[in-house]
Amino acid sequence: MNLKLKIWRQANAKTTGKFDIYNIDNISPDISFLEMLDILNNDLIHSGKEPIAFDHDCREGICGMCSLHINGHAHGPDSEITTCQLHMRKFNDGETITIEPWRSTAFPVIKDLVVDRTSYDKILQAGGFVSVNTGGVPDANAIPISKPDSDESMDAAACIGCGACAATCKNGSAMLFVAARVSSLAKLPQGKVEGARRAKAMVAKMDELGFGNCSNTGACEAECPKLISIGHIARLNREFLSAKLQD
Amino acid sequence: MGNFLCSSSVGRKLIMSLSGCFLVLFLIFHMSMNIAAIFSEDAYNMICAFLGANWYALVATVILAGGVIVHLVYAVLLTLQNRKARGAQRYAVTVKEEGVAWSSKNMLLIGFIVVLGLLLHLYNFWYHMQLQELLGNHTNDFGYSPADGVSLIRDLFAQPVFCVIYLVWFAAIWFHLTHGVWSMFQSVGFANATWYPRLKLISNIMATIIFLGFAVVVVVFYIKSICPACCVA
Repeated sequence: MNLKLKIWRQANAKTTGKFDIYNIDNISPDISFLEMLDILNNDLIHSGKEPIAFDHDCREGICGMCSLHINGHAHGPDSEITTCQLHMRKFNDGETITIEPWRSTAFPVIKDLVVDRTSYDKILQAGGFVSVNTGGVPDANAIPISKPDSDESMDAAACIGCGACAATCKNGSAMLFVAARVSSLAKLPQGKVEGARRAKAMVAKMDELGFGNCSNTGACEAECPKLISIGHIARLNREFLSAKLQD
Repeated sequence: MGNFLCSSSVGRKLIMSLSGCFLVLFLIFHMSMNIAAIFSEDAYNMICAFLGANWYALVATVILAGGVIVHLVYAVLLTLQNRKARGAQRYAVTVKEEGVAWSSKNMLLIGFIVVLGLLLHLYNFWYHMQLQELLGNHTNDFGYSPADGVSLIRDLFAQPVFCVIYLVWFAAIWFHLTHGVWSMFQSVGFANATWYPRLKLISNIMATIIFLGFAVVVVVFYIKSICPACCVA
C-alpha cells in the first residue's frame, strides 16, 4: 500500500504545531497502524530527521496508552479497538490519512501526537479506589454478588482510561471515564460503602481539571474502544445527586 | 447542599433537566389549550379571558418566564464552559459518530431558533393580550378585546408567511425535544441500557405530538382563511 500521511507535528507544549505531509510506500495491509508509524519513524531517523512522537505500550489493546485521532475517529475508523489493534487493511491504497493528537484543554499536547493525560490519573486519585485493605483474594462464595451486578461492574471495569471519550466529546467531558470508574465499584459490595464519597470527589476533581459538561450526545460511547455504555453516566448522575441530597 | 447545583457539572445538568421538564409540561398545556380553538372559538376565548391579567395567571407567567430564563442562561453558561474545555485547537477532520443524533450536538443552535420564534410569538400574542390588559387597555392595536385570542389567530394565520415561520419554529422545537426529553431522564440518572430505546421512543412520540398539536391549529386556521366553509366550527 502507498499512503499519504498528514501528521500533526509540534515541538513541545509551548509551541504551536502544524501538519506535515509524509508519503510512505510498500506498506503491508497486514501490519498494525502503530507498526506503520514505526516504519515511518525508521525512515525518518535514517534520513536524519526527528521521528514522530506517539504514545504506545502493550500493543494488545489493554493498557490504554495508545491514542491518536485518525481521520476524525479516536483510535481510527474501526470500532471496539484501540489504535494498536487497527490494521492497515482498514485503509485504501493511495488514501490520505490525517493523524491528530487528542484535542482537549485537559489533555495538553506534550509533543507531536503525545498528550498529557495526567488529569485522568488525578481524577482516579480523588476517589477511584477502595480505601481499606481488603486482604487477599476472597473465597469466591464468601460475598454473594448477583450475576447482573458482577457483569455490569466488569463491563465498566473494562475502561482502560485511554481518553478517547473526552477527546471525542464536543464538550471535552470526561463523564464516561468517571462514570465507568464509579460504576464498576458501586456495583460491588466492597466499593459500594464509599460510593457517595467517591462520586462527589471524582466529579469535583473532574470539574476542577477543566473537563466540560456532559450533554448526552453519546459520541463517547460510539468511539469508546471498550464499548462503555452511557448507562454508567446515568448511574454516576444517580450516585452523585443522591449523595448530594443526603448531605 | 444547594451549592452543587451551580458549582458541579452534574448539578448544572440537573437544572437544565428540571427546567426543561417544566417547559415541556408547559408546552403540553399550551398545545391542549390551542386545540380548543379548533373545536370552539368561544371556548378558546374563555380560556384566554381566564388567563388574563389576574393574579394567578400573572404568577404563572412570571414562573414560566423564570423557567425559560434559567434554561437559557444555563444553556449559554454550559456551552461556554464546554467550548473552553474543548480548547482552541480543533480537529482538522471531524465525522458524525455512529448513532449520534444531529440535534444532540446542536441543542444551543436549535434553542436560539426556538427563542427567536418565541420573541415573535410573544409580540404576536402576549403583547396584544395579557400586556394590554395589564396596561389597562380595553382594546389592542387591532381594536380587539385583549381576551379575543381567536381573532389574533385568525388574522395571523391567514398570512402564509406567518404559517411558514410558525411551522419552522415548531420543527425546531421538535428537534430540540427529540434530544431534550430523553436527555432530561439521563441527567437525573433515570436511564439504563434497557430504557434507552424506550426513552428515545417516548421522546420522539412526545416531540411529534407537540409538533402536530401546535401545527394543526396553524393549518386549520390557514385553510379556514382561504376556504371559510371547509372547517365549520
